[in-house]
Amino acid sequence: MAGQQETLRLEGIVKRFGALTALNGVDLHLNKGEVLGLIGDNGAGKSTLIKIITGFHRPDGGTILIDARPVVLKSVSQARTLGIETVYQDLALINELSVYHNMFLNSEVTFPPLRLLNNREMKKRTARYIEDIGVNIPSIDTQVARLSGGQRQAIAVARSVYSKAHILLLDEPLAAMGAKEGAQILDFIARLKQDGDVSMILIAHNYAHVFEVCDRVNLLQRGQITYDKPTSESSVEELTELVVAEYRQARTGRDAAS
Amino acid sequence: MAKPAVSGGVTSTDNVRQQPGIGAHLTEILLQRREASIFFVAVALAVYFQSSNSAFLSQGNVRTLSEFTAATAIISAGLVMLLICGEIDLSVGQTFGFAPIVMYIADQTLILPVAIVIGLVAAAIVGLVNGLVTVYLRVPSFIATLGMLFLLGGLNVTLTDGFPKPTPEDSFVTNALGAADWTGIGWCIVIIFLMHILLNYTPWGLHTFATGGNIVGASEAGVKVARIKIGNFMLCAMLGGFAGLLEAFRISSIDPLAGGPNTMFLAVAAAVIGGTALAGGVGTILGAFLGTAVISILTNGFTLQGVSAYTFNIILGIAILVAMSLNVYIGRLRRSGAT
Repeated sequence: MAGQQETLRLEGIVKRFGALTALNGVDLHLNKGEVLGLIGDNGAGKSTLIKIITGFHRPDGGTILIDARPVVLKSVSQARTLGIETVYQDLALINELSVYHNMFLNSEVTFPPLRLLNNREMKKRTARYIEDIGVNIPSIDTQVARLSGGQRQAIAVARSVYSKAHILLLDEPLAAMGAKEGAQILDFIARLKQDGDVSMILIAHNYAHVFEVCDRVNLLQRGQITYDKPTSESSVEELTELVVAEYRQARTGRDAAS
Repeated sequence: MAKPAVSGGVTSTDNVRQQPGIGAHLTEILLQRREASIFFVAVALAVYFQSSNSAFLSQGNVRTLSEFTAATAIISAGLVMLLICGEIDLSVGQTFGFAPIVMYIADQTLILPVAIVIGLVAAAIVGLVNGLVTVYLRVPSFIATLGMLFLLGGLNVTLTDGFPKPTPEDSFVTNALGAADWTGIGWCIVIIFLMHILLNYTPWGLHTFATGGNIVGASEAGVKVARIKIGNFMLCAMLGGFAGLLEAFRISSIDPLAGGPNTMFLAVAAAVIGGTALAGGVGTILGAFLGTAVISILTNGFTLQGVSAYTFNIILGIAILVAMSLNVYIGRLRRSGAT
C-alpha cells in the first residue's frame, strides 16, 4: 500500500513553550498515498506536532521536507499553498456563518475584477461535496451553530479535502461523532485512500479506528516518536501495552521521587 | 441575527418558509431580517411626528434630518465593522474632529484636495495606532481607544489654540464635500452602499465575521485576523475623519470640540439599535443606517414637539435597552429553532 515516494519528512523537530519542551526531536515520514496513524497520550505533543506541519507554530529546531525539498513553513496560508490541510480538533468552524461560507472560508470563490463573493458557485460546490462525503445536512444555508457534532465534523473534513490537499492532517476527527457518523467519516477516509491523491496523518485515541484505516502507526511519547510499524505487524494489544507501560513507569518514577 | 446579516439579500427569500397567514409571514420576516423591524419603527415614528406636526416632513426639516443622519451613519458604518470583529473605537468621535484640523493645517501650504487627503491619511494613522496597540500589545480596544480619545481631544485643542477655524473658501471641492445642500446625505448613501457590499459580498467582510465569531478557528483556517482587525480600525477611523470633513464644510467651521464622545456614543447606539452585537460576530451596515435614522427622527421630532433634550435622552436610553433586549430575545428564539 505504501508508495516509495516520501511526501513529507520531519527531522529532529523541536518545539518549546517557555520552559516546557513539547517536542524533543521528532523524526517522522509520510509516504505518498499513505494513511499514517499517530497515537499518544494526552500531552504527548500530538497537537503541537500537527500545528507545526500546518505552519501554525514555528519549530525551534529541525527540518521539514516536502517532496524531498526542505521548506520553512511561515504561516497557515503558506502551508496551504503547498497542499497541507488540517481538520483541527476544534474544527475551526465559525458558528455564525453558513455551511457554504465555512466550507470556503479563506478560499472563497469570487468574481474576478472586484473579488465579490460568488455565493451561487460556493453553494453549488458545497452541495456536491456534502453529497460526496455522504453525511446528511439539512441545508447549506444553515448556520453551522445549528448542526450536530458529526455534521460539523463532516463539513470540516470536506473543507480540507476539497481544497486540493496533498497532505491532510486529521486531529481526532471522530471525537465528536456518534457511531454512525463516525463510520461514515471512516468510510470517506478509506475512499480517499483508494483514490490515492492525498496522504493523511490521522490522530486518534481509539486504536480500533487506527487499525481500520491506517497503513502504518507511530507512537508519540514525551515529545518523541518511539514506535513506528505497519499496522499489519502491530496490534491494539501491543500499543495498549506500550502506553500503559509508559504510564506505569511515570508513576513509579514519581513514587520513587516522593 | 447572524444569518441574514451574513448572507445578505442573496438568501433572504429562500429562508422565508411558506406559511399561511400574512401575520405569521410578517413575524417571520421580522425575525429573519433585523433591518425590517427597525425600518418599520422608523416609518411609524415618521408617520406619528408628521401627524402631530405637519412641518416634520417639510423640505427644510427633512434636510435637517438628513444632515444629522449623514455624519452619524457614516461613523456608525465604520463602528459596525469593528464591533463585528469584537473590537470598538471610542476615539472615533475625536478623529471626527482631528481630520478637519489636520486638513486645515495642511491647507495653509498645499492645495485643498491634497490637504483633504492628508486629513484622511491622518485619520487612517490614528486607526493604525489603535489597531497596532490592540492587536500586538494586546491592550483591549476599549482601553487603547479610550487613551486615544483623550490624546486626540487634547491634540485637537492644542493644534487650534482652542479656537474654531474657518473652512477654506467655497469651491467645487467644498461644495461637493458637504457645503452644498444634500451632499452630506448623498455621500452617506454611497458609503453605506459600498460598506454593505464590503461586509456582505467580499472575502474581507466574510473574514470580519469570522474573526469576531471565532478568532481561533478563523486563524486556524488561515484568516489573517490581525490584518482584518487593523484594517477595520483604519477603515473606522477614516470614515470618522471623512464624516468630520463633511460636517466641517457644511457648517463652514473647524471646531476643536466637534464630535467627541457624544457623537461616538450616538454612533454606537445606532449600530446597537440596528442589530449589531457588542460581543462580535453579528451586525449589519443597513441596520446601523436605520438605527441612525431612528435616533435622528426621535431627536428631531421631539424637538419640534417642544420636548426637552433631557427627556430625549431618557427615550434614547429606553430605545437602546429595548433594542438590546430584543436582540438577545430574538437570538434565543432563532437558536431554539422557532424561525
